[in-house]
This record gives sequence, structure tokens and C-alpha cells, in this order.
Amino acid sequence: MAEFKARDGIADKRSLTNTGVLIRLGVIGAVVVCVGGMFAYVAGWLSPARMTQRRMVAGFEDANGIHPGFRLNHAKGVCVAGSFESNGQAIPFSKAAVFEVGRVPLIGRISLAGGMPFQADMPTTVRSLALRLLPKGTEEWRTGTINIPVFVVNSAKGFYDQTLASAPNPATGKPDPAKMKAFLAAHPEAFKAMAIIKKAPISSGFADSTFYGLDAFRFVNATGDSVPVRWSLVPLQPFVEEDPANSASADKNYLFDALIAQINAHPLQWRLSVTVGQPGDPTSDATLPWPDDRQQIDAGTVTLDHVSSEATGGCTDVNYDPLVLPSGIEPSDDPLLSARSAVYARSFTLRAGARRDKPPSAITAQDVLAGGKQ
Amino acid sequence: MSAQQPRFSTFSRLLHWLMAVMILAMLFIGIGMVASVSERYQVLVSIHKPLGVAILVLVVIRFLNRLFNPPPALPDTMPPLMRLAAKASHILLYALMLILPLAGWGMLSAASYPIVLFGALHLPPILPHDLALYAWLRPLHTDLAYLLFATFLAHLGAALFHGLIRQDGVLSSMASWRGTIRGN
Repeated sequence: MAEFKARDGIADKRSLTNTGVLIRLGVIGAVVVCVGGMFAYVAGWLSPARMTQRRMVAGFEDANGIHPGFRLNHAKGVCVAGSFESNGQAIPFSKAAVFEVGRVPLIGRISLAGGMPFQADMPTTVRSLALRLLPKGTEEWRTGTINIPVFVVNSAKGFYDQTLASAPNPATGKPDPAKMKAFLAAHPEAFKAMAIIKKAPISSGFADSTFYGLDAFRFVNATGDSVPVRWSLVPLQPFVEEDPANSASADKNYLFDALIAQINAHPLQWRLSVTVGQPGDPTSDATLPWPDDRQQIDAGTVTLDHVSSEATGGCTDVNYDPLVLPSGIEPSDDPLLSARSAVYARSFTLRAGARRDKPPSAITAQDVLAGGKQ
Repeated sequence: MSAQQPRFSTFSRLLHWLMAVMILAMLFIGIGMVASVSERYQVLVSIHKPLGVAILVLVVIRFLNRLFNPPPALPDTMPPLMRLAAKASHILLYALMLILPLAGWGMLSAASYPIVLFGALHLPPILPHDLALYAWLRPLHTDLAYLLFATFLAHLGAALFHGLIRQDGVLSSMASWRGTIRGN
């Protein structure tokens, strides 16, 4: 192929020597490889040490084992349903439709932190209440809240390190103290946060737990004013301190059994309390509390009047993604929001794909039918 | 450069280059977004959805435009196998440009995520909330994106091959901006 010209018969084409063709082929190959290489770089394929969704998932699986069809974290739980009744007091701060005076249906999930779906209920295990509020229209608000006043870490890497450090040692069944020590040395923010968390008394169950949203968000009102906020759910059920006799009981689902019995007896209620931050209050670090004197808005009441197992409940196929927000509520600069949203999405896809292999959840439909135990 | 090879119409070229930039950006945003756990994640996701919808709208316009402004014929000098490859790769590109945004919209629908374009502006779901459907569509969306990226690389390589080696006017029928168009 000395010359294309002769073969093609195109009159004004420059002749190319063999070397010229080879050089040009080389240029074309280099361009294609460069673009492909950039794609591989962005995908993280060239940098295995980068914190990626894949690596976060591997961390959960290393720490907890693989449980097909279950959430990677907060794996043990039940579905709840009820409503949010807004009193209108949040309207000056947020234009979100959920805050208009009236009642909005919700689908929630109550769970225990940790990736082991059949773990025994323990008083110190972090409890959570996730809500999906569904006002009319296509907008909705999903939020996850847990019963500790500050989060333990302030970054995806911190959470990854904590997950691995608190993984049970296969020999002893308990976390390795040396690993936990190394984690706390590397994450002083976790050390400080744990001191705050330890000071908070532990309640007897889900119903009398205060649940905190922890991450900061921004409320935006109808005129476009934006303020940093954090929210929490304060129980209307009176606080009863955890009784060691309960957790010593043989019932490994004692917290969930009590919840089922209580919800069957009467609806459970929480006040949605919104804390308005001041300039300078940390929004990008969920381990730092805000000063106690910040303005609190009582935005309305969450009522849970129905409980079901994950086999029949409406929460099972829902990803409680903290970035599913209505207009009027916006993310803050807290890096955990992106990290949670990203990893939840990956976890959701994994459990959707493994749904057929999923064994029944720890709290079965029969357990709920049995009515629980006080 | 060939004087014989007619060029694409101005509108066709405009559509092509606009969509080229958008689709390439979309592929990089998509692959970056599904790897990321950093603050970039929410920024990338919030671009990915409206950009995908914009591509879907443009691809429909592009199909219509193709009916009114048919592309110039390939040069007679192209061997039959090369013609077949050109034709097949273009059908694949068009199919993926259409299917990928629909698969994305469909998977968000099946997962029961709100499909946010901007603020309170949402698209309606096109499929029911169905986790089995989501489990099928979610990996399909990624796999088709890989296929589109691979097809794009082949398209890029072939375009450069036409321009640098065959010099048959095929590249300049799309890539040249000089003068006015003659024919379309």
C-alpha cells in the first residue's frame, strides 16, 4: 500500500509513504488510547486506593459478611407507616409543601445500625428512624435519623475506617481493641464525638428515643432566604431509662417486639424539631454539636400507627436517600450527604439484584402478627 | 482535501457537534458519578439527569432532521466492508443515544426516585415502582453506556482514519467549517 492515491483515484489527495501511514496510524491510536485512559481514570480503575462506592461496599462486606438482599447498613429493621401533621411554623423558613398546614402520609423504617441483619438487639446499638414524606405531587422528602446527638465521623473515609475498626474479630466475636485504638488515634473527631454520645442516657426502646438528623441542611423560604438547619424527632412518649434486665432477656428482638406491642396499643408520636443555625455554626462536620441556645422550631408531629415486617411493608423497596429533598430543603456542604447518597444507591442496586436470594428478615410477618411483647 | 465530497448541512453539523460534547460529557459524568463518594457526587448527579433529558430531546430532533437533511453519500472509493461498518456503527450510535436516556428515566421510575430536572421541576415516572425491573435496568444503563463509549472510540478512530489516512473527505464533510455548504 504505497499510495492510496493510485487505488482510490482521488485527484487532489496527498501521497502517503508507508512510514507516513504508520505515523498517522500511531497518532490515531494514541488519541483513542488517551481518551479511553481518561475514562478509566475518572472511573477510578487506575487508582485502587481512591475512596469509591465499590471500596465502601467492600468495607461493609469485609466487616459484616455478605447478606444478599439486605441493606449494607441498618440491615435489621421493620416498616412503619403513619403521617406528618404540619402546624405551619416552619413556613417562614422553608417553602417545602410538607410544611404547609395539614397532614402528609409517610412510610418509615425503624432499624438498628450495623450490616448484620440478624444481630441481637442491644441497648447500645444505634437505633434509627427513616421517613419518606409524601405530599401531593411528585416532590417528596426522605430523611434518616439516629438516636445519637452527633455523628461519630465526618467523612466517607472516616466511616470506612470506623466500619473496619469495629468489625468483629472472627476468633473472639468482638471488635479488636487495637484496631479501635488506631482508628480513634487517626480520627480525633470520632474520639470527641464518642465522649458526647456516651454522656447521653440510653432510653428503653425505639418509642422513647430522640432521633437526630445529624447532617446539616439548608431551609429556603418563599422569598429565597436560606438558613442552615438540623432536625430531630423528639418523642412524645415519656423517657424511660434502659433497664439492664430487658437487654439481658432471651428475646434477641426485644426492642422490635416492644415496638410492635406499643404501636398496636396506641400510635407513637414525635415532634419534628428544627434547629436554626447561626453564621459560623459548623455545617460540614456532623461530629460537632451546635450551641444549645439556637432557635428551635416545632414544625409538627410525626405519628406512626402501623408496623409491618419487611416482607409486607412499604419501606423495603425504598432507598432512604438523604438527598431526596423537596424544593425548600437543600443539602448543606456536609460531605456525608453525598457519601451517604452514593453508597445508599449502590446498596439499593445490590439488594434489588439479590432480592430473590434474600431470606426472610429477622422480624417476620408472623412476629408482627403475634403482636410483639412488652 | 476532497472537493467532490459534499458536506452535512449546517444544522446537521451543529447538532452533531453539540451532541458530541454533551454525550461525551455525559459519559464522563456518569462514570465519575457512580465511582464517587465525594461532594462531587451530588453535583454530578444533578447535572446528569437534566443533561440526559436534553440529549433525549435533541436525539429526537436529530432523527427528524435526518429525514429532511439526509447525510451525504459515502465516497465511492470506500470498500464494502468499511461501508457496512460505517452504517452499522451509526445505527448503533443512534440507538444508544435514544435508549440510554430512556433506560435512565425508566430505572429511576422503577426505583421510585423523584426524577428531578431542576428544583421543583420533575418528570413523571414512565414505569411502575418495581425492584425487579430496576435490578434489570440499572446495570443495563451502565452496560449500554460502556457500549456507547466503545462505539464512540471506534467512531473517533474511524473519523481520524478518514481524515488522516484515507483523506477521502468524509471527516471534512462533518468537521470542516470553511465556506458555505454546497449540497447537503
